[in-house]
Amino acid sequence: MVSKGRIVWVSGPAVRADGMSSTKMYETVEVGESKLIGEVLRLTGDTAFIQVYESTSGLKPGEPVIGSGQPLSVLLGPGIIGKIYDGIQRPLEEIAQKSGSFIGRGVATTPVDMKKKYRFVTSLKKGDEVSAGSILGKVEETPLLTHSILVPPDHRGGKIADISSEGDYDIEHVIATVEKDGQKSELKMYHKWPVRMPRPYAERYDPSVPLVTGQRIIDTYFPIAKGGTGAIPGGFGTGKTVTLHQIAKWADSKVVVYIGCGERGNEMTEVLVEFPHLIDPRSGRPLMERTVLVANTSNMPVAAREASIYTGVTIAEYYRDMGFDVVLVADSTSRWAEALREMSGRLEEMPAEEGYPSYLASRLAEFYERAGRVRALGSPERAGSVTLVGAVSPSGADFTEPVTTHTIRFIKTFWALDTRLAYSRHYPSINWMQSYSGYLEDVSKWWKENVSAEWYDLRAESYNILQREDTLKEIVRLLGPEALPDEEKLVLEVARMVKIGILQQNSFDKVDTYCGPEKQLKMVKLMVNFYKEAQKSLKEGASLADIRAMPIITTLLKAKFEVPDDQVAKLGLIDKQMIEQFQKVSGREEVKVVV
Amino acid sequence: MSETTAAGVEYSRVAEIKGPLMIIEGVTKVSFDELVEIETSGGERRLGRVVEVGYGKAVVQIFEGTTGLAISGTRAKFLGKTMTMPVSQELLGRVFDGLGRPNDGLPDPVADRFIDVNGEPMNPERREYPTSFIQTGVSVIDGMLTLVRGQKLPIFSGSGMPHNILAAQIARQASVVGTKEDFAVVFAAIGVQYSEAQYFKRSLEESGALRRSVLFLNLADDPAIERIITPRVALTVAEYLAFDLGMHVLAILTDMTNYAEALREISAAREEVPGRKGYPGYLYTDLANNYERAGRIKGKNGSVTQVPILSMPADDITHPIPDLTGYITEGQIVLGRDLFRKGIYPPVNVLMSLSRLMKDGVGEGKTRADHMEVGNQLYDAYSRTQEVRALSEIVGRAGLTGIDLKYLDSGDIFESQFLKQSNDENRSLEETMSRAWDVLSTLPEGELTKIKEKNVRQYYKGNK
Repeated sequence: MVSKGRIVWVSGPAVRADGMSSTKMYETVEVGESKLIGEVLRLTGDTAFIQVYESTSGLKPGEPVIGSGQPLSVLLGPGIIGKIYDGIQRPLEEIAQKSGSFIGRGVATTPVDMKKKYRFVTSLKKGDEVSAGSILGKVEETPLLTHSILVPPDHRGGKIADISSEGDYDIEHVIATVEKDGQKSELKMYHKWPVRMPRPYAERYDPSVPLVTGQRIIDTYFPIAKGGTGAIPGGFGTGKTVTLHQIAKWADSKVVVYIGCGERGNEMTEVLVEFPHLIDPRSGRPLMERTVLVANTSNMPVAAREASIYTGVTIAEYYRDMGFDVVLVADSTSRWAEALREMSGRLEEMPAEEGYPSYLASRLAEFYERAGRVRALGSPERAGSVTLVGAVSPSGADFTEPVTTHTIRFIKTFWALDTRLAYSRHYPSINWMQSYSGYLEDVSKWWKENVSAEWYDLRAESYNILQREDTLKEIVRLLGPEALPDEEKLVLEVARMVKIGILQQNSFDKVDTYCGPEKQLKMVKLMVNFYKEAQKSLKEGASLADIRAMPIITTLLKAKFEVPDDQVAKLGLIDKQMIEQFQKVSGREEVKVVV
Repeated sequence: MSETTAAGVEYSRVAEIKGPLMIIEGVTKVSFDELVEIETSGGERRLGRVVEVGYGKAVVQIFEGTTGLAISGTRAKFLGKTMTMPVSQELLGRVFDGLGRPNDGLPDPVADRFIDVNGEPMNPERREYPTSFIQTGVSVIDGMLTLVRGQKLPIFSGSGMPHNILAAQIARQASVVGTKEDFAVVFAAIGVQYSEAQYFKRSLEESGALRRSVLFLNLADDPAIERIITPRVALTVAEYLAFDLGMHVLAILTDMTNYAEALREISAAREEVPGRKGYPGYLYTDLANNYERAGRIKGKNGSVTQVPILSMPADDITHPIPDLTGYITEGQIVLGRDLFRKGIYPPVNVLMSLSRLMKDGVGEGKTRADHMEVGNQLYDAYSRTQEVRALSEIVGRAGLTGIDLKYLDSGDIFESQFLKQSNDENRSLEETMSRAWDVLSTLPEGELTKIKEKNVRQYYKGNK
């Protein structure tokens, strides 16, 4: 029952075709003689409204449209990691081989190498029961990642009638035959899954383990949990992409899915150039061995941009189902929303705010709900997570625009990028007064158990200094800093140190780009100690000018890039120097000797 | 590209003319994006493009406008192909109109190839990441906003400010360094005044770069709708020169605001749902289709470096045109009204400016090890200067601390010694860096928190 129709109307990425009465909603179709890929968005009588994922230049009424009978799906199996795909899972490398440096149209490709052989290992045998989502066996996809071959989540399950013994097979090979109620079905190393449908799981857990990103302002002040959701809105030049790159590079997850959705071509190239050379601090292997890229740059067809988000999240869920922690970063969800707006406009739907369709909020909610820490279907029992982080590009850096306001409703960690901070080159320009994390309490247990019992209090004390500075700044703005008593001037001084020494982090510096939890905690502790010592010295009669002139201040500010992560002990040395210098400043030296 | 008969089919049933659009009825075998030739009853010819086709109707956008067209007597010939630009090496040194037709009285250049002006998206997998430093001889750009080969770095300006002088200076001086390599300049004037285009042409002429340039001129009194095509033909030629002939091309597009306004005009005529300020919802995608036509390709010698210029309406950087541009380009050079009033050239508001690719084009082995750190420290210091200046307006100099006063001084020196230069002054990178250290050395050493110890030790000139 494959439908065959004819084009009757073309306008940009939107096409109408007649004779499509047997087509289903969201079915993929081949459009025109050059077989462009499209998806059905609306059905009226026997007319289908189709969004086309490639440029429609040259398409004309009368050309054929052929249905596939299938909704837009991705192929899930070994070979995905390390690839760069377009918005509908076509590998860009293969497209380049077929159409050169510029992306041609109607290029037929397969998402993974169907001929590559993988060594399949299994502990299952004939007669074992398997159910939907169960692990049939394992193959090594990259040296970093052992890929589990899963029974498709919509499979009925049953008894294994036949399973391949250990050996090298390509992914088309029938790896197992499963029998239920006398019916046999063959399973291969891959299956397909429709991108717009979330993959099912057995049970959802509360996120409680932080995603360690090595970024101080994120991990220490506004943490995100594994399986959580976060958004990072900011005007242009505020560093959204750099922050997302940092998360993709250093997050302690097993798999990273990076979606470049309507962004710059060179940014994707940067990831492609950089990641194979960057070494994962935990495994010692190149980061590319755990990364999947979905690139639909701003000049690639707009409809495929809309699909790219779903393609990416479906791949992420697939690896989650193997029991892995997966991080998905989407840059930028605003461009996805614009793609939605453009198609909505061409469908002549009634617009809501700023021309966006009225279902913008529900689509955003559906997307972010696909995050979570879950128990996967089938056996053996395993937990995996998908953490979703989306960049938002508000027009005019105005956070009251529809995409930002709706996104905030559905996420729990909010990193607000501040244009003013970016202008003064305070990076990452995450505003510490506007940002928040809904996971703070959830993850504090992990910090207490794994790093230090003091974490929660130190974080609160240092944050308190920043809060006080924020209030005092108002007074300074009106009366100047000399109007404040020394005690309050000290708050300003320490806040400045916290901002430069801790909140600012240079992603392009070899040492500073990643800061482990232990170093983070110790650095915060140093700052808090400095504040306490300085308060004491002031009371003992030291002058603020003396404190400001202490050489230890420069040492503290540069510790972030002078002390590498594997030499955290050096921070203890700095602490000692600090105490000594304070003793000098407050003239406590002799006292100390006597005692 | 469409494969219909090249001869073209003629129709004369014009149903409606509104704004820049013409609706023709009874058409068959017309394809989307097809090129259309319109002939008026008086025999005048104009060009257009199919923007919507179906149910026997074609909506055609007329580049030269619809003034003087009549329902009766007008004939439309569908040419069976999309709009192409003939390209060859002979284009160098020539001047064309906004649609790519010769404008210098010389005959049509012999075409090596015909290329679809819409271009195709460059495959990100085949891009070569831009890392080669371009010395422009302008301190503020070389020192803090480094331009890299294959980058797209726009100038955000306002009416009356010297964006053209700056762009011309970049074109002149950037092309001089490393002259051994093949370079070319592609200049597209989009709805600018005659005098501005002329200034640019003269400037290229004087430096001897004109014979290595291709000019496309759509002036302020030329048809507005034509402006939609002008950057496209210019970039098509730029891509050809770069990737077919292996040249390093600097493409200057001025003024993209006029381009976006032409786009809005068509969108309004098509009764599309508007986004912000009446601009169509696809403005971002459309701008990206132009701006993304910059870069380098693996295995090829050439590059396209883009410097689009746009004037911010009412100097408002949050206006949709600069806003969306900033989201696509790899940074921005923002000109500031205050500095312009103070008589400082180039009046670059450094705090609002940014070059995203600087980090990849500078540093040890490329320029100097301290380049990035010095750039960052200058930003930091100047931003502090601005804070102190604001404060001193309220509390006066007397209310400032000693360190605040030092920042005030460093800001003045920054503006007068580093930022300010003349429009024919070509500074070497060494000189730029030396001037940068002059500025930083007015501050106590402890303030240089963004610079590594060893670089401070090597270059700091102040009192230790």
